Amino acid sequence: MVRTRLTALFAVVIVFVSACSGAGDGATSTEAGQATDTGFPVSVTTATGSVTVADRPSRIAALSATHVEMLYAIGAGDQLIAGDLFSNYPPEAAQLQQVDSFNLNVEAVVALEPDLVVLSFDPVDAVAALAAVGIPTLLLGTAGNLDDVYAQLGVLGAATGHRDEAAAVVAGMAADIDAIVADVGDQASGLSYYHETDPISFYTPSSLSFIGQIYGLLGLESIADAAPDEFESGFPQLSPEFIIAANPDLLFLAGGGETLDTVAARQGWDTLTAVEVGNVFVLDPDVASRWGPRIVELLDDVAAAVAGAKVPVGAP
Amino acid sequence: MTGTVVLGGRPRRSRPLVMIAAVLAAGAVMALVVGPAGLPVRGVLDELADRLPWLDVESGLTSRQAAVLWELRLPRVALGAVVGGALGIAGGAYQGVFRNPLADPYLLGVAAGAGLGATVVIVSGAATALLPFAAFAGGAIAVATTYALARLGGTVRTTSTLILAGVAVASFFTAVQTFVQQLASDTVREVFAWILGRLTTAGWDEVWLVAPFVTVAVAILVTHRRHLDVLAVGETEATSLGLDVGRVRLTIVLAATLATAAAVAVAGLIGFVGIVVPHTVRMLSGTSYRTVLPLSLVAGAAFLVLADLVARTALSPAEVPIGVVTAFVGAPFFGIVLARSMRAR
Repeated sequence: MVRTRLTALFAVVIVFVSACSGAGDGATSTEAGQATDTGFPVSVTTATGSVTVADRPSRIAALSATHVEMLYAIGAGDQLIAGDLFSNYPPEAAQLQQVDSFNLNVEAVVALEPDLVVLSFDPVDAVAALAAVGIPTLLLGTAGNLDDVYAQLGVLGAATGHRDEAAAVVAGMAADIDAIVADVGDQASGLSYYHETDPISFYTPSSLSFIGQIYGLLGLESIADAAPDEFESGFPQLSPEFIIAANPDLLFLAGGGETLDTVAARQGWDTLTAVEVGNVFVLDPDVASRWGPRIVELLDDVAAAVAGAKVPVGAP
Repeated sequence: MTGTVVLGGRPRRSRPLVMIAAVLAAGAVMALVVGPAGLPVRGVLDELADRLPWLDVESGLTSRQAAVLWELRLPRVALGAVVGGALGIAGGAYQGVFRNPLADPYLLGVAAGAGLGATVVIVSGAATALLPFAAFAGGAIAVATTYALARLGGTVRTTSTLILAGVAVASFFTAVQTFVQQLASDTVREVFAWILGRLTTAGWDEVWLVAPFVTVAVAILVTHRRHLDVLAVGETEATSLGLDVGRVRLTIVLAATLATAAAVAVAGLIGFVGIVVPHTVRMLSGTSYRTVLPLSLVAGAAFLVLADLVARTALSPAEVPIGVVTAFVGAPFFGIVLARSMRAR
């Protein structure tokens, strides 16, 4: 998923969600809580403009593993018919039709007869092509920060008829994150880390990236912050020499199947303090590369790593 | 050596045009009928027939099926025809103006230069409407560099000198293009998808974006096609026949470069069309540019529409970049042309 992460910060999306009641004078809706869930047609706003969903969708093609996770989390799982090649969570997602979103064939998507399509990137302008065929399409790009995540959940909730569940998921995530942050306190503040997604060319998230901001909640600092990043991509390219010189306090491995042993076997890496004392932690690469509800798990894993880190972390 | 290589028998008259046009029409209908959405063949044919002015047929397609046909498949076929026609006629024109059977928008470095220009526009986030202009600027610089490099010794000595110069220029421009592409990691995937060559479209926008440029380039090339026949007999002879050789050359090179740039701007790098198409046309109709250029336009359209059909059905529902398909056909073909041109020497 390196490429997904390379496009980080590209699509800072969605500011607000608005429902438009199709009825004329607008004074007819009851005050019951679930009334909002049946308020179709609904208009939502994404990076590509306003998208109107006429009826509660029952055949959603979410060609992005993150959005498949979000849709299941807000209770829209049984409206899903298709995911992308990486959609593996929750386990039920394995039953979805798999669409190759990296070589997207728009006509093949149309053949699935979806009534709502969700994309996380769109190099072939599929949004316009699907609109031409009359299929509403939401382009929800890589989140730039937590607010983007919450906004995307809100958009999906409104567009699928699960507004209240989406709001509950957002509130739950925010509460869990606050609790973890409070629990860690200032144990982690000022510690440096190296988060590896890419053991070949070493594109590495800095604190500007979405995942860097998650680490930042605990006060951790990415060694990539010191690397040049002219376009502020949040993913500057490092080299092994740079990483060894930076000697991060903590190493997080989230890609390429690397472990403490394989890292220690790399030329020169055995000299890293984190490798010597065992402050090397393997993260689930799926959890660490998506911006869905499981970022709470990621934060929890990082918090546990900080708590379990061996001295001499941060020792002068 | 003379500028052109005779690959076929004697010229015949209008038969080749009818043949090539029939292939284009058949290819277009096939491309409209085949696709992962699985539209009923009969329905598509009826829907097409319904658009003919004197027919009124009920196709039975749902409105969504009709939208797939008119908004997804037809623009793609049209774009393939426009891009293929532009590359085909540009290849023929380069071969004539440089009197070199191996000349081609790609081997001369024009496509790489156009690709650099277009990449700069994409990476900088400038308006899409600028794409053809930037591509033209890049392509013109590239072809000028190639020609200047090949003429360092005063004249272009052999066929291979020009091609070698083109290879060097293309490598250089490709390197710069890759550098620019890597600089901006947020657009790298967009550039990458485009550079491999593709005809994915969102409706008619891409077609309308380049159609004016291709039209102008084709009009210039077609009106100058007889000059290419005069040039073919040699520079001195052409001058003695009253042709302003320098000016005609420049005009034709610029027009061919404009056609190439327009194609690259919307479809990325699709190689070998400029080699395969004009040489096939010569086998059918003889070597006079009077017929080679117009026929290359039609044959280029037919070739690319068929190549795209392969590109989107071979691994359906995923797509193979169309540049892969044209190279698969074109590279062996180039080998044959190379072998024949050496024998002709």
